[in-house]
Amino acid sequence: MADLERHAIAVLVDNEPGVLARVIGLFSGRGYNIESLTVAEVDRTNRLSRITIVTSGTRMIIEQIKAQLSRLVPVHRVHDLTDEGPFVEREMALIKVMGKGETRIESLRLADIFRARVVDSTTESFVFEMTGSSEKLNAFITLMEPLGLVEVSRTGAVAISRGAASF
Amino acid sequence: MSAEPLSGAEIVIRALVDQGVDVVFGYPGGAVLPIYDALFKQNALRHILVRHEQGAVHAAEGYARSTGRVGVVLVTSGPGATNAVTGLTDALMDSVPIVCLTGQVPTHLIGNDAFQEADTTGITRPCTKHNYLVKDVRELARMLHEAFYVAKSGRPGPVVVDLPKDILFAPGPYSEPEQGHHKSYRPQLQPDPDRVVEAVEMIGAAKRPLFYGGGGLINSGSEACARFAELVRLTDAPCTLTLMGLGAFPAADPHFLGMVGMHGTYEANLAMHDCDLMIAVGSRFDDRVTGRLNAFSPGSSKIHIDIDPSSINKNVRVNLPIIGDVGAALSAILGAWPKSSRRTAGAERAEWWRTIDGWRARDCLRYDRSRRDLIKPQYAIERLYALTREHDVYITTEVGQHQMWAAQFFKFDEPYHWMTSGGLGTMGYGLPAAIGVQIAHPEALVVDIAGEASILMNIQEMSTAAQYRLPVKVFILNNQYMGMVRQWQELLHGGRYSESYTAALPDFVKLAEAFGAVGLRVERPAEVDSAISEMLAVDRAVILDVAVDPAENCFPMIPSGAAHNEMLLGPEDEAEKPVSEEGMVLV
Repeated sequence: MADLERHAIAVLVDNEPGVLARVIGLFSGRGYNIESLTVAEVDRTNRLSRITIVTSGTRMIIEQIKAQLSRLVPVHRVHDLTDEGPFVEREMALIKVMGKGETRIESLRLADIFRARVVDSTTESFVFEMTGSSEKLNAFITLMEPLGLVEVSRTGAVAISRGAASF
Repeated sequence: MSAEPLSGAEIVIRALVDQGVDVVFGYPGGAVLPIYDALFKQNALRHILVRHEQGAVHAAEGYARSTGRVGVVLVTSGPGATNAVTGLTDALMDSVPIVCLTGQVPTHLIGNDAFQEADTTGITRPCTKHNYLVKDVRELARMLHEAFYVAKSGRPGPVVVDLPKDILFAPGPYSEPEQGHHKSYRPQLQPDPDRVVEAVEMIGAAKRPLFYGGGGLINSGSEACARFAELVRLTDAPCTLTLMGLGAFPAADPHFLGMVGMHGTYEANLAMHDCDLMIAVGSRFDDRVTGRLNAFSPGSSKIHIDIDPSSINKNVRVNLPIIGDVGAALSAILGAWPKSSRRTAGAERAEWWRTIDGWRARDCLRYDRSRRDLIKPQYAIERLYALTREHDVYITTEVGQHQMWAAQFFKFDEPYHWMTSGGLGTMGYGLPAAIGVQIAHPEALVVDIAGEASILMNIQEMSTAAQYRLPVKVFILNNQYMGMVRQWQELLHGGRYSESYTAALPDFVKLAEAFGAVGLRVERPAEVDSAISEMLAVDRAVILDVAVDPAENCFPMIPSGAAHNEMLLGPEDEAEKPVSEEGMVLV
């Protein structure tokens, strides 16, 4: 088996009904992995949405994924950010932690180190908001587990290329 | 824009006419009544009433594949649409341009589980090239024109347009088809010139080249097939074709090695295994062609010309992909071919042809011709071929052994004359497809080479043939078994013929008569010729029930999980080369 590669792929699509189902159906129908998928309209004038997909597969599968995405009718452009040079990848998470006493203070201390913000608090809970790479989010969530972690909500990754070039 | 608004149903008719449609295959129902009413009031479009919506799509496929035009289907909502799904999937797998109009419940009822409601765009999303749900009558004309553009551009395929009933009544503007670019779907047609030059060099330097053509040649057009033949002859290289490609290169030409693949010829498969350069043109390295992938043509460089970038490197890694219309790419290669160069690689090419002639000498399609009491299915097709030489003959098939024998023993010299379900393998394809072909070619001889099991899957379409007085000929090779299932059970499952024997077959002669057609039956080899002649002499639909050897197997065969050089040539090989356990789990 060839090595698995992790790729962030940006797909610019018409913002029309069913377009997300086409993309997701392609992945499930052909057995490709989706690590995360995010979508939102990015161009209101032309009604274009940008889908960011993080996927993994062999080089042959990654090439197939891009070719299959490209031939969907409402797809305008497909960019493999991983292949096309350096890029920034960010994800946001909301993390709810319950605790009292020392564990509560410890969670606040770690949140400070990770630059997580407190966006809600009661006497026995915090909701932290955190932005960063998926790895950083994973690390913080792992640290919160023994400190009363009860709920996590994550956006999945969004990504954009570094430098002045754009598409 | 036209001055006075039309109703949605009138817009549908107008758009079809402006797209050059002359015939629609369909079946009415509640949700499409406004379109049927509009059809009633006009004469430009002919409607062919089928007996099942699956038949409508296959008929449109037969029409499309025998003309190169878009086939059009009209069905109602709910069951009308779901019945069409098999046909749509078939068209997707075999790249057939189809526009299928489906009725839908009124927009305000969508999602309410209304009578005859189905989520048609949801159901057909994975089995169409694209689909549309029209929610605003102002979008209707544009979406219809776009559906035709998408169906026929690039790699062709089926497109569904779902039409809620209120949209069909609503007044709306009509707009003519636009020439110009689609905003996002623009397939690459012209090949990269640098790659063309590279291809010329690779072909020129090859010692043992092989052309491997597929259905993409036929989709590209007669011109592309002619360019393909020109290049094959110019380079004096052998050529093989896939099941879908038959007819793209003349079978009578000595450069043709026969069909490739699981039931392809010995010489075609060994040439594929041993070539040093494979030039794949409009073909997709299907598993029925490649056999075991890790043993597929191990010593060759590969050029792959295809209009669909997702076909490149999907199953087999190639050295030189050329994306574009195969006709344009072949013309570019011919244009770049050096005028002064040596035509062939001389001694090396002669050696390659000597090797191939050695394989040809095995006579891999031979069968036992000594039986006087039993009709061999191969013999029946050979005689059908011989006795129809004077006709303009179109062949459709169902799916199974008879299909493979038809591909092996019926020889096609031109494109558009062979219609078979290749990718999906849809039993029941042949009769409705034959009806579509006959509608497109009223004067031609159209024969559905069938099996007795497959034909029963869409036998109701005999009634359509009767209604329109279509003289289609159904040539049943009746071995009383689902022959290919029986063959696999013999090879892979110890001869346990689980459910592959049909114990209660109808009397096909009486069945034909019940449908207003002519029924004939033949049981002895000596009577085959006269039965075929009688079938050809009748100016009506005919079912000719040919009782053939029930035990005959289809050879050559590359068992699943085997390589091209491990093929079984006949019953004597069966015992010597048992199928591997890995092969058993493959389809």
